[in-house]
Amino acid sequence: MTPAVRFQQVSRHFGQVRAVDGVDLEIAPGEFFAMLGPSGSGKTTCLRLIAGFEQPTGGHIQIFGEKAEGVPPYRRNVNTVFQDYALFPHLNILDNVAYGLMVKGTGKAERLREAEKALELVKLPGYGSRRPGQLSGGQRQRVALARALVNKPKVLLLDEPLGALDLKLREQMQEELKSLQRALGITFIFVTHDQGEALSMADRVAVFNNGGIVQEGTPHDIYRRPKTRFVADFVGSSNVIAPDFMASLGGEKRWASLRPEAIRLGDGAEARVENASFLGAATRLTVDIRGTRLHVMLPAGADVPDVGSSVRLGWQPGDVHYMDDAA
Amino acid sequence: MSAIAMTGKDTSILPGRGGFFGRLSDAFWRHPKLLLFLMLTPPLLWLGIIYIGSLIALLLQSFFSIDDFSGMISYEFTLSTYAQLLNPTNFDIIVRTILMAALVTLASAIIAFPIAYYAARYAKGKWKVLFYLGIMLPLWSSYLVKIYAWKLILAKEGILTWFFDKLYLSWLLDGILNLPVVGGNSLSVSYLGTFIVFVYIWLPYMILPTQAALERVPGNLIEASSDLGATPRQTFRTVLFPLALPGIVAGSIFTFSLTLGDYIIPQIIGSSRLFIGQAVYTQQGTAGNVPLAAAFSVVPIVIMAIYLWLAKRMGAFDAL
Repeated sequence: MTPAVRFQQVSRHFGQVRAVDGVDLEIAPGEFFAMLGPSGSGKTTCLRLIAGFEQPTGGHIQIFGEKAEGVPPYRRNVNTVFQDYALFPHLNILDNVAYGLMVKGTGKAERLREAEKALELVKLPGYGSRRPGQLSGGQRQRVALARALVNKPKVLLLDEPLGALDLKLREQMQEELKSLQRALGITFIFVTHDQGEALSMADRVAVFNNGGIVQEGTPHDIYRRPKTRFVADFVGSSNVIAPDFMASLGGEKRWASLRPEAIRLGDGAEARVENASFLGAATRLTVDIRGTRLHVMLPAGADVPDVGSSVRLGWQPGDVHYMDDAA
Repeated sequence: MSAIAMTGKDTSILPGRGGFFGRLSDAFWRHPKLLLFLMLTPPLLWLGIIYIGSLIALLLQSFFSIDDFSGMISYEFTLSTYAQLLNPTNFDIIVRTILMAALVTLASAIIAFPIAYYAARYAKGKWKVLFYLGIMLPLWSSYLVKIYAWKLILAKEGILTWFFDKLYLSWLLDGILNLPVVGGNSLSVSYLGTFIVFVYIWLPYMILPTQAALERVPGNLIEASSDLGATPRQTFRTVLFPLALPGIVAGSIFTFSLTLGDYIIPQIIGSSRLFIGQAVYTQQGTAGNVPLAAAFSVVPIVIMAIYLWLAKRMGAFDAL
């Protein structure tokens, strides 16, 4: 099957800065794909390369098998939901949503009908006559989504789509985006620096660092088996354990990751409890074990030891995951 | 505990600073409106009495008339002075001035846009400084010097004629000068010359507000438009231009009203036919007909009011 988006050794250099450097990537049609990474890791530039706002300085980009280099954004059947929504302030909501159809020459009656349908899709029916300034952040986000979807794009790009929303709204939008994507079957590619968002929404995740992809896989893979220290650090709340210390605990002398929920209190190495944070469904302990700090996740209902007391930690050897010492 | 907690003072409220200014600060803090009132009253009095007051005096004058025999002003309410504006000579002056102001504004807007666009979108650091210097520098030198300089440039023996001659383009210049109405003996005595100098003198007043408006247009709106399928031309027409329009209108208020009122440029450069400013000047000076001069000065005010009303109706300020 032709991939929705294919990068072959794609680079985008800005002078000396290698924003994107030799990226290979294949995104399948209908996939919900996340590009995850810290700021400056090249994920947004990759998105902009797909949208056509940036041109690669090297390599090839194909969208559904068609060469995309040198094709301006307005000739790509790809639409973007911008980070700060980029709604046109001088147009009302309906005209904003109908904009894409308007510039492509769709008749007025038809494009307004389509725009109203798109507004219904994002649960904002009847908001058409308002101005962007009169809507809340969450509503503007929905309008931006409707404005992109009304064009029936082959690929929808979302740039930090939920970054500006508060927690409750963000969780709600995550679910809505996911079900919308399932219902429409459009390829969604979204950029985020929030690992929780990436893991909960995406079918597949690419973790970016320093202009390249460090690891690509299902959220499960990325969480369970981080390939490098960087991925473990960035993606997980996982404990990253240095080689020497791992060896002293009886493991291999390599970097390792150990998930907080895999650690049990009971018998094993002795540690001192430094802090306990109540998280609702669980309690997270910070313990000091011979100068190294580890997190331990205790399920709700478990006895929480006092801060300053001594505990013993144990885990199954199979829960220790060894990694490369690379960025 | 920490060092900060140990050295903290025992009181939770600090003592007042004392003295007149200390008490004044406290009073202003408690009554913020008082400060605002004190700051705004003098300029508002100035505006209200000196500025608006003199405008009203002007308006009143225009409803008086001059006695043809004695040359004295008769202080009786009449519209006859306004009726005089409609006689062919005076009406020509008005039409000529409005036409010139409109053309100058249009040309300024067209010339200013790319410059403002460059400054707003691309110029950074020292290029931005250079842009502001380039726009402002001409404003530092005397208006009269600049106009006389232009007179020399545009004169028959001037550098422009010489330049056209050297480029073997004299036929082009002669062709332009032979055009009816706008042409003349040389550029310095033609409407075209007046137009060129007007545009030169008022251009900065168009560039700056346009640039300010363009600067406020977020770059991602341009990208969004392109992303949604708009060609650069469509983006200009449907996004960039509507959003820059308040700035262009603000600039056009300057270029339009300044051209409407100016009496020096058309006196030094151009055919000897009068513009409104010159008419006001001669009516209140040589002719001693203050009511007619006042009626003439009301014309630009009315025109500007109509212009702004139209601009608002066309939605020029919707993006503000």
